Amino acid sequence: MFAEFDLVMPSGLDEALDILAEAGGDGGLDVLPLAGGTNLVVDLRARRVSADKLVGLGRIAALRGIERSNGRVAIGAGTTLSDILRDPGMAEAAPSLVESARVFAGQMVRNTATVAGNVCCGSPAADTVPPLLSLDAELTLTGRDGSRVVPLADFFLGYQKDQRRPDELVTKIAWDAPKPNSANLFYKLARRKGDAITVVGIAVTVAAEAGKCTTARIALGAVAPVVKRAREAEAMLEGEALTPELIEVAARQAVEESSPIDDVRASADYRRHSVHALTRRLLTQAWDPATVGG
Amino acid sequence: MRETETTTLEINGRTREIAAPPNQTLLETLREHGYFEVKSGCEKGDCGACAVLVDGEAVDSCLTLTGTLEGRAITTVAGLKRGEELHPLQAAFVKFGSIQCGYCTPGLIMAAQSLLNETPEPSDEDIRLALSGNLCRCTGYTKVFDAVQEAARVLREEESAS
Ligand SMILES: Cc1cc2nc3c(=O)[nH]c(=O)nc-3n(C[C@H](O)[C@H](O)[C@H](O)COP(=O)(O)OP(=O)(O)OC[C@H]3O[C@@H](n4cnc5c(N)ncnc54)[C@H](O)[C@@H]3O)c2cc1C
Ligand code: FES
Ligand code: FES
Repeated sequence: MFAEFDLVMPSGLDEALDILAEAGGDGGLDVLPLAGGTNLVVDLRARRVSADKLVGLGRIAALRGIERSNGRVAIGAGTTLSDILRDPGMAEAAPSLVESARVFAGQMVRNTATVAGNVCCGSPAADTVPPLLSLDAELTLTGRDGSRVVPLADFFLGYQKDQRRPDELVTKIAWDAPKPNSANLFYKLARRKGDAITVVGIAVTVAAEAGKCTTARIALGAVAPVVKRAREAEAMLEGEALTPELIEVAARQAVEESSPIDDVRASADYRRHSVHALTRRLLTQAWDPATVGG
Repeated sequence: MRETETTTLEINGRTREIAAPPNQTLLETLREHGYFEVKSGCEKGDCGACAVLVDGEAVDSCLTLTGTLEGRAITTVAGLKRGEELHPLQAAFVKFGSIQCGYCTPGLIMAAQSLLNETPEPSDEDIRLALSGNLCRCTGYTKVFDAVQEAARVLREEESAS
């Protein structure tokens, strides 16, 4: 029935990194980090994934907690979706991430699933990734030899391929809280609000100064092998006033930058249509004088 | 089979040393030890029938490996009972007919309890989000909402009286 594996629950980060480092190499053991287990336990049970050993991260105090200082926000790898919803400062520090957490799975999964696990599972439909991309988030990857910081925008290399080495952990995810005169929005299109896999998920950030857009981010979920930014559409908006005509052109460009597939949840055509409609709507809502200043 | 490990759990107030193989889920452990009020539905996080509280927070026991829970407190629906009296959530589910076949009920009640621990005065939207991981094929959910609102009211009254 259930695949077999060993389980260790280190209480220190160094200990966890040692276990991961020793596992690597030729003929080494297959060792995987275990966070909330909401992907991994399901995959192990279905035997889509196998492992000799799991390193549980749940007891490592250094991975917990949310920090905010000088407009910078950093969440530890142990931060769950429910932690995001409970944190009183998060509504300002990451509005799109809070929205994605609200419509993420059901309560029991939110109580255990981590944001870092969502990023590491590499799914194009992972709901926290468009928000984090729209916030220019950076990941800290830590191995026994030290840490490196990788922009999330460079992290994914292809379908379920990313820059993390097997002996590294994502230890931290950080971003700058949105500036005044900016909007940061997320919309998840799915069969229902709760507990449904995303058909299309889009996050946008728009910042403005003196009636012109200074920064634009458009992140597209579930419409390409990886969650990705529509960089050319973003470039069309920066330096301009977002007129309905320009928003329409950028929304069409976002469709060009998507490459959706047909699957059980929706056709590629419906996904393209949704990228267009949702990008247009989110940009229109973001360009509200009450938010970005008029 | 890999070697079993011993994990100390507090289950419904009673401290127990549980021997379990590393790939055993909390759902399997609990049913193995006779806590049959914890139900197995999908075993992949979709239905919520297996929900229990871990340190007051509802989790799907089918997704939780027992070996990760050293020293934690587990509450099942039977652990909510106050001596011979039903807990207000249990009483309200009976009163409103929110139980039909009853298979989903233990999980629904634990998810509702987890919500009320944090949000004593929930809106219907709060209840919807808190219970969206629980499937019920019988009741159509409206009676469940009525029961959760009633239990929330009773619990608030108890709180202000104490
Ligand atoms: C019923 C159900 C509903 C769901 N609904 C949604 C949804 O609405 N939206 C959504 O996006 N997802 C959803 N998921 C998928 C899943 O819950 C998320 O992807 C979750 O965020 C995974 O986090 P975790 O902590 O459980 O990760 P785990 O399952 O523990 O790990 C996932 C992967 O990441 C690796 N990993 C974890 N942490 C680290 C780390 N710190 N460093 C390096 N590698 C790491 C693990 O080795 C594993 O490969 C759902 C799952 C279920 C079962
Ligand atoms: S049995 Fe655990 S969620 Fe269905
Ligand atoms: S009462 Fe039958 S499944 Fe809910």
